[in-house]
Amino acid sequence: MAIDLTIKVAGEGGEGVISSGDFIMQAATRAGMEVMTFKSFPAEIKGGYALSQVRISDEKILSQGDGFNILVAFNGEAYEVNKPLLIPGTIMVWDGPHGGDFEPEEHEGVQVFAVPMSDIAKNQLKNYIAKNMVAMGAVIELFGLPEESLKSSIHDKFIKKGQDIVDFNYKAIELGREWIRTNYPNRKVAHSFPASTRQKDVIILEGNQAISLGAVMGGAKFYGAYPITPATSVGNHLVDLMHHTGGVVYQTEDEISALATVIGASFTGKKALTATAGPGISLMQELIGLAIMSEVPIVVADVQRGGPSTGMPTKHDQSDLFACTLGSHGDAPRIVLAAADVKDCVYLTIDALNLAEQYQSPVMLLSDASLSIQTEAIPRPDMSKIKLVERNFAAPQPDPSVFNRYQITDSGVSPMGAPGIPGTNYAATGLEHAEDSGPRTNTETRNAMTEKRWRKFDGIEDAYTPIEREGEDGDDLGIICWGMTQSVTREAISRLRAQGHKVSALYPKMLWPMPQKQIEAFARSVKKVVVPEANYQGQFADLIKMRTNVVPIKFNAYRGEPLIPKEIENMALALLKEDAPKARIAIH
Amino acid sequence: MALPATINIHVTEPLKAKDYRSDITPTWCPGCGDFGVVGALAKAYADQKYDPSAVTTVSGIGCSSRLPLWMNSFGIHSCHGRAVPVAIGAHLARPEMPVVVTIGDGDCFAIGGGHIMHAARRNMNMTVIVMDNGTFALTKNQTSPLSRTGLPGTLASDLGNLDEPMNPIEMMITYGATYVAQTYSANAKHMGKVINEALAHQGFSYVNILSPCPTYNKVDTFAYFRPRIHDINETGEHTDLGNRSTAMLKSAELYNHHHSDDAPVPVGVYYKVQKPVFFEKVKQVQKYYNVTDTPDWNAIFDRFKP
Repeated sequence: MAIDLTIKVAGEGGEGVISSGDFIMQAATRAGMEVMTFKSFPAEIKGGYALSQVRISDEKILSQGDGFNILVAFNGEAYEVNKPLLIPGTIMVWDGPHGGDFEPEEHEGVQVFAVPMSDIAKNQLKNYIAKNMVAMGAVIELFGLPEESLKSSIHDKFIKKGQDIVDFNYKAIELGREWIRTNYPNRKVAHSFPASTRQKDVIILEGNQAISLGAVMGGAKFYGAYPITPATSVGNHLVDLMHHTGGVVYQTEDEISALATVIGASFTGKKALTATAGPGISLMQELIGLAIMSEVPIVVADVQRGGPSTGMPTKHDQSDLFACTLGSHGDAPRIVLAAADVKDCVYLTIDALNLAEQYQSPVMLLSDASLSIQTEAIPRPDMSKIKLVERNFAAPQPDPSVFNRYQITDSGVSPMGAPGIPGTNYAATGLEHAEDSGPRTNTETRNAMTEKRWRKFDGIEDAYTPIEREGEDGDDLGIICWGMTQSVTREAISRLRAQGHKVSALYPKMLWPMPQKQIEAFARSVKKVVVPEANYQGQFADLIKMRTNVVPIKFNAYRGEPLIPKEIENMALALLKEDAPKARIAIH
Repeated sequence: MALPATINIHVTEPLKAKDYRSDITPTWCPGCGDFGVVGALAKAYADQKYDPSAVTTVSGIGCSSRLPLWMNSFGIHSCHGRAVPVAIGAHLARPEMPVVVTIGDGDCFAIGGGHIMHAARRNMNMTVIVMDNGTFALTKNQTSPLSRTGLPGTLASDLGNLDEPMNPIEMMITYGATYVAQTYSANAKHMGKVINEALAHQGFSYVNILSPCPTYNKVDTFAYFRPRIHDINETGEHTDLGNRSTAMLKSAELYNHHHSDDAPVPVGVYYKVQKPVFFEKVKQVQKYYNVTDTPDWNAIFDRFKP
């Protein structure tokens, strides 16, 4: 039986909650374990409730799971928030029996360890900032995480600040361990870390870092940057990466100019992208239309957050799908991809840059606030296996006046000129234009050009096929999902099928143009179809209804947190019943 | 197919002005000041010996922003107000290639007013040419930030424009432009001199061209300008071009033709100074980090090892 352990550190933002999770994650990975993290914190810099949750196993982890086995409560608020989740079998480590700001109640079946982390930090170490290190010392002593892997992580993080800082943190760890050894000498804990094995050949990335790495692996040489939560760190990581791969990260005055610079850069022949979130997507809509009309390849990553307007900047939502597929005025085709996990963030970014070149089109890549900071260990990439699509540059032309940038072709894609290729000059315009790029509004041109722009995508469903199906034909229920909900559904499906339930799932990575044939075939192969997603309207369900003959049941959560596997599992069980709901289920 | 290994930015045999014009007939009204500008720009491209397949002319939306379509060069006829950041992207991606922005006063200072200052303060190595007709002409006569007080406009009352015009020269010097000049679209010689200087200038150059709209602006006409135009560099009114304080003062004093009917209309160079351009600083950063185009992928992946 696999070991599946989730440890949740919760407390006030700014007191080391997030870094505790990061250290545990890194130490566990160094000890050869599989890990996945989930973090959540307020939009403010200091204060407010923050949590960092690390799921650790000796087998591949599919999602962030349902809850926790071990709670480390840094303060009373963390305890109050998580109190209902302290079910029998869980363990709590809390800031006590003295020096903390709360006193826990009795919880039946819950094993409780009091560790005066605030007190030890303040009075023995004379520095409150060491509180989280004391807590981590207690955690490794209690649950058997190898000390050397934690210490090496701490060393690597702090050695830049000097050996005395490293030693200070080691001392804090030791005091936490010593407290457990002295006060709980005969303890028997219900959970423990998996056994340490040889470290795997992996790299650790969080979602936004993965988009940045995918961008440079995909050949991007320009990034237009404007800060916006939760997308900012894509640019932060790219500043560093582009120092090793060549390219420019340029901080603009707003999101409009971020995309404007990307269009200008791509026009000259360089692969270019930007990343933003909801409000930025709203601002970029007009320029997305310019890229569509003038057929300039661009990639826009949308790290979704709760909207509308400022909404919930640090919280999970899958509600920008309409804006990304249908936004910008006019008949405006584009490609929309959605990442389910950190690996997708790397490889779909490469795909996005490739597809942008292949179809001379904007490609929208959807991620979200939770995935942006979700950390996973993924296999070390192999550049020899990465195929890049380079620009379809036009050959030098003897006479620029006969070069047809927007030549009508069967595929809809035409050779592109670029500064420096003799005779290929043309004026990219947002006006309707003829083959030679000159403005034209006559019926014949308008029809031919509109159809050209859409024809490009006619065969895309067969040409680009990252879509996966689980289950078998004839199953009682089929789940279609996108983005991060896919990883949650994978875990639910494995549980449901292990219990003997006939439930299938379809995992499309390309949401637009709609993979119509595959969605219709999937729907035909199961008795009914449901689309769980983290938005109120059921945006993907609506798009499916609009572009296929399938009418899915909607299952929606919009509370600002990802769905969990248990909810998908319960949804499926409810829908398998005779008197199941037929239209829409919302959960809170 | 990749970009050619050797890129020609300049032609070896000089071309004629007409070689930089496309075969599309401009849609401007007869008598539009912008005809003079497109002619002067084509002539200046010829003087600079630009290869038509090397230079990019970028515009926004409006009558004057159609200009790149009438040119034989690369062109981006982008969105209203966004020419400057589009041009910055083109410039930073291929910094060796010349980039010129040609826009109207509404595009530059109304909808695009948030962009121009950043190109100027960062001393982007590019030229921005504003065709200043004091009106939104393509939408049939609304006032712009450069319109004189009282000028009629369809969104104004019978009393006309309520605002005082902003002073683009003073503004651009404040923003940090390193070459700032005004010229007049009926004076091909002066326009040619100023545009050539701006194109040759290393850094952000701004050229305001008084370019009358015969259809909608019945005040700032050729007939109005003709007797009032004078070259402030020639008259000696302003010669200390490298002094920012003097340039600020002169631009405040001399850019006054909107304020009274008798006021003379100045053209000339207000400010010209050499400062490091933005991309030189980018190159310093790249040197500092030893930036390479041939990545060591193993070393990059090692950075993310647990």
